[in-house]
Amino acid sequence: MSTIAKPVDTIVIGGGVVGLSIAYGLAREGERVRVLDEGDDAFRAARGNFGLVWVQGKGAGMPAYAKWSMAAARAWPAMAQELTGLTGIDLQLSQPGGLHLCLNDSEVDARIRTLGRLADNIGEDYRFEILDHTATKAMCPSIGREVVGASYMATDGHVSPLRLLRALAAANIALDTEICPNQCVDAISYRHGAFYVNVGAREHVAAKVVLAAGLGNRRLAPMVQLDAPVEPVRGQVLISERVAPFLSMPTASVRQTGDGGVQIGDSKEEVGFDNGTTIEQLSRMADRAVRSFPVLGGVNLVRTWGALRIMTRDGYPIYEQSRECPGAFVVTCHSGITLASQHAGPIVQWIRGGEPPEHIQNFKAGRFNV
Amino acid sequence: MFSPASAVDSQEHVSITINGKETSVRAGLPLALALMEAGITPLRHSVVSGAPRSPLCLMGVCFECLVHVDDSRNVESCMIEVRQGMSVELANGPRPMESAP
Ligand SMILES: Cc1cc2nc3c(=O)[nH]c(=O)nc-3n(C[C@H](O)[C@H](O)[C@H](O)COP(=O)(O)OP(=O)(O)OC[C@H]3O[C@@H](n4cnc5c(N)ncnc54)[C@H](O)[C@@H]3O)c2cc1C
Repeated sequence: MSTIAKPVDTIVIGGGVVGLSIAYGLAREGERVRVLDEGDDAFRAARGNFGLVWVQGKGAGMPAYAKWSMAAARAWPAMAQELTGLTGIDLQLSQPGGLHLCLNDSEVDARIRTLGRLADNIGEDYRFEILDHTATKAMCPSIGREVVGASYMATDGHVSPLRLLRALAAANIALDTEICPNQCVDAISYRHGAFYVNVGAREHVAAKVVLAAGLGNRRLAPMVQLDAPVEPVRGQVLISERVAPFLSMPTASVRQTGDGGVQIGDSKEEVGFDNGTTIEQLSRMADRAVRSFPVLGGVNLVRTWGALRIMTRDGYPIYEQSRECPGAFVVTCHSGITLASQHAGPIVQWIRGGEPPEHIQNFKAGRFNV
Repeated sequence: MFSPASAVDSQEHVSITINGKETSVRAGLPLALALMEAGITPLRHSVVSGAPRSPLCLMGVCFECLVHVDDSRNVESCMIEVRQGMSVELANGPRPMESAP
């Protein structure tokens, strides 16, 4: 026999950074929200990522995505301040600008081409610099001789992804959101304007449902006539012991966390649902990091892991409301840290019945079927 | 990972130095246990919060038992055995990072 849980306004499926950002935004607007999250053995990118709040290079094939990311980075300080005010948790957000280091001339050429194309498409707003070795060293003294240059963008930064997740959870709880772990959703049905969400023998009812289940969205979306063709792309990460501050700004693949550890990322591998690590990738990444920052050569590593990105074929998000089952939304993206501010803000306003935010008409799943 | 009981029961001792001070410890012990037996409490302080720390997991996972051994910085003392003449310095603060010239 099924038991029926107390009705809420919105059920969010998935308690990663995307689901918790949206739940937080909805709860802040006064909604009663319940988050159903699969559990510790699920694939959970929000717990294994690199923590960049990053704009440079994003959206090379879709200017709308670059603009969406830029707006996200701009909205980050206010969101961080709000979350810290509510929870007392320092997110270690720092947006001093970011570097993409290049170890040879063809890497520099590729940066010039990518960022140049973006600037042409977006206009004056898109400001980047290409630095030679000396200019890079002036900004970041610990680079090695092999670094021939870098691209720099002032909007870039980083944050502690785990502190973000903890703060989002604490803020949600403070706003009376129910966060329910170990609740893997089996089925969703839509009847008479309401959604019935089944977890085993338990049924949850709400007028709206938000699919924020990461790689799980692929299976859930068709239940409400949506489509979420996402695939796993593995990234491996290395973490060092805590060291004295030596890196004042994040780079695309090496950053020093607020606690002093150095995080080195990150491979991009299509290996299916395998979040293991390989010596081959780890040593390639470590080698590049040491060439970029020779001072890392003597530093101890303490952990490595693999995590799965949630990727669409073109790498851009899917934001869509079901036409057949209005009130069902799918939200999935590859940069859930960077975009957290957009998800808690404009995406929530849209889910609450507001106009769709500028740009998001570009992010429907229909684009994969043309 | 575990030392045979006979080694732990051993009456044999070796001499190591801890922050320059010669100390006799039981042979066959993992360094972390030898330091605990020598009464080094706390072993270090968290470089993030400054809170006191002592060996915790004793199996190479928690990184709480870091000390400098001979020329190596921040070694997990639970993972190595004491050796005659070993020189141990207690860790103090994060690893310094001199920039490359
Ligand atoms: C190595 C790596 C580095 C990255 N670096 C960055 C970066 O620097 N900057 C950045 O912005 N982004 C980065 N990302 C991407 C970022 O981590 C993801 O975009 C983000 O975590 C996605 O969040 P999510 O909530 O959609 O997914 P997840 O964190 O995967 O959460 C999905 C949740 O849904 C739950 N779930 C799944 N199925 C069900 C079900 N049927 N019922 C209930 N719950 C379910 C799971 O338990 C899980 O908790 C990186 C990712 C990786 C892997």
